[in-house]
Amino acid sequence: MSATGGTAAVEARDLRRTFKTKQGSVLRPTRTTVEAVKGVSFEIAPGELFGLLGPNGAGKTTTIKMLITLLIPTSGSATVLGHDVVTDVREVRRRIGYVFGGDRGLYERLSGLDNLRYFSELYGVAPRDQKARIGSLLELVGLTGREGERVEGYSRGMRQRLHIARGLLHDPDVLFLDEPSIGIDPVGARELRATIAGLREQGKTVLLTTHYMFEADELCDRIAVIRAGEIVAEGTPAELKRLVTSGRVLEVETYGVAGEVVDSVRDVAGVRTVAVEDRGPLQVLVVGSEPDTEVTQSVLARMGDTRVGRVSHRDPSLEDAYVELVTGAGA
Amino acid sequence: MSRLRQLWVCYRLQLKVMMFSPFEGFLQVFFPLMFATAALLVYRVNNDPDAMLFAGIGAAAMGIFTSQTTTAATLVQRERRAGTLELVLAAPTPFAFVVLPSTFAMATLGLYSVVAVILWDWWLFDLPLQVENWPGFVLSILMATFTIALFGFLLSVTVVRYRTAWALGSALEYPGWLLCGFVVPLSFLPGWALPLSWALAPTWGVAAMRASAAGESPWFDLAVCLGVGLAYAVLAAWLGVRLIDSARRNATLALT
Repeated sequence: MSATGGTAAVEARDLRRTFKTKQGSVLRPTRTTVEAVKGVSFEIAPGELFGLLGPNGAGKTTTIKMLITLLIPTSGSATVLGHDVVTDVREVRRRIGYVFGGDRGLYERLSGLDNLRYFSELYGVAPRDQKARIGSLLELVGLTGREGERVEGYSRGMRQRLHIARGLLHDPDVLFLDEPSIGIDPVGARELRATIAGLREQGKTVLLTTHYMFEADELCDRIAVIRAGEIVAEGTPAELKRLVTSGRVLEVETYGVAGEVVDSVRDVAGVRTVAVEDRGPLQVLVVGSEPDTEVTQSVLARMGDTRVGRVSHRDPSLEDAYVELVTGAGA
Repeated sequence: MSRLRQLWVCYRLQLKVMMFSPFEGFLQVFFPLMFATAALLVYRVNNDPDAMLFAGIGAAAMGIFTSQTTTAATLVQRERRAGTLELVLAAPTPFAFVVLPSTFAMATLGLYSVVAVILWDWWLFDLPLQVENWPGFVLSILMATFTIALFGFLLSVTVVRYRTAWALGSALEYPGWLLCGFVVPLSFLPGWALPLSWALAPTWGVAAMRASAAGESPWFDLAVCLGVGLAYAVLAAWLGVRLIDSARRNATLALT
């Protein structure tokens, strides 16, 4: 049973995956074992858009690859729509779509249309349905009129949209989107988010991994944060924001802030986290503090000769929660 | 029926992928002719018409064997580099039916080399093809092509786990020329090498081509050629399932 009361669309139970790597010369190899996923468990309800967030190397892609049958778990179990991902491989593959971000995963020398035709055959789309299905997907992802061009001439955004169309060819019930918006310009990313939101409206179950917090905040019904192969938090975006143990966030706009000043601010009593964000010509000092602690005057006193612009306060965002969770700042 | 359609559509599209590059196309045209030229220049020294015909037919098969072994070994690596390997493996279609159309697309390009070399021999070396049994000869060419494609299929599936498997194709090229008797009679090989030659379907395919050209019966050679080729297919299908499972267990599918 899922967290929402029905049969889970995706269920992972204590999933673990280790990788054995060999380094050094042929004569004196050294073998190391890396535990990429350490007992991950979660459930995704049918029709839910579930986000899996975590830094690079946290185990997001490894988890997805186990769920889509490309990797066999070292231990633990997982099912997709009730089918075991190890023993019931074909049934799982029939029901899932997999889309990853980046330039790869398409036949560059073929047109977009030929790519979709090729994968239609491999994913068992009935011949009589193919033309209409491909046409409607091209319309959905905004590539109508460009489908006859070779993929090598496509922009990154166009490729990504073609990927989405490819992943939807066989009308899968569950879709795995692994950082689909990576490297796409803001307009393309917005269109992609609209497409993903549309999938949820169609009743698709979606597992999305992304580095972009606003994307996860906007799209996901629930989110799990994974750190070093373990899930460290799970809940709705609002619930995760409430997990932030710091109080309001202080933002100080500067026109260049020295490293010593940042270090000095870290030493202020009550300050929990300090980060510097580049925003155009500005460098913004983002200071998280203990609850019910006022640090503004103390922080400004440490700025020295730094040219300071606007000073403001805001409530913690999902990104603040994420940073705290993956860096363990709240622990 | 739908499986046949899948094989046909994938074959057609993979052929399109392979025929796209003018540079690669040039190499496909150029290499077989150079192989044939080198072989015939060596044989011409003896001024023996029978030996020239032997070498001419063998040289025609060399190109197709080369195009199959080198490209079949790189087939999976090409998919891996394009990032499509995981996608085709994640498809419900068994991997064997994904690879098979690609290997037949390669064989189709190889078939060109047979025809091109025969014409080249005729034009450059004044070596007209004297064939007593044309239907048998054409059937033998097609059978050789078909079974070399199945050999490529076996090779592609076998190397799925290994990143540097592309080197295997080049390593097999020249031994294959010798072992299949393309330009050197099998009787010249040491006795211990003969079982290896018999296990290679092209050996029987070329023998059938030579038998047809000489007016002898090609049927025994054709039957053995087909049998060995089908054994490759069965072995590839069996290995395919196990090697893919092994790749899923050892996480080698995405390595680039």
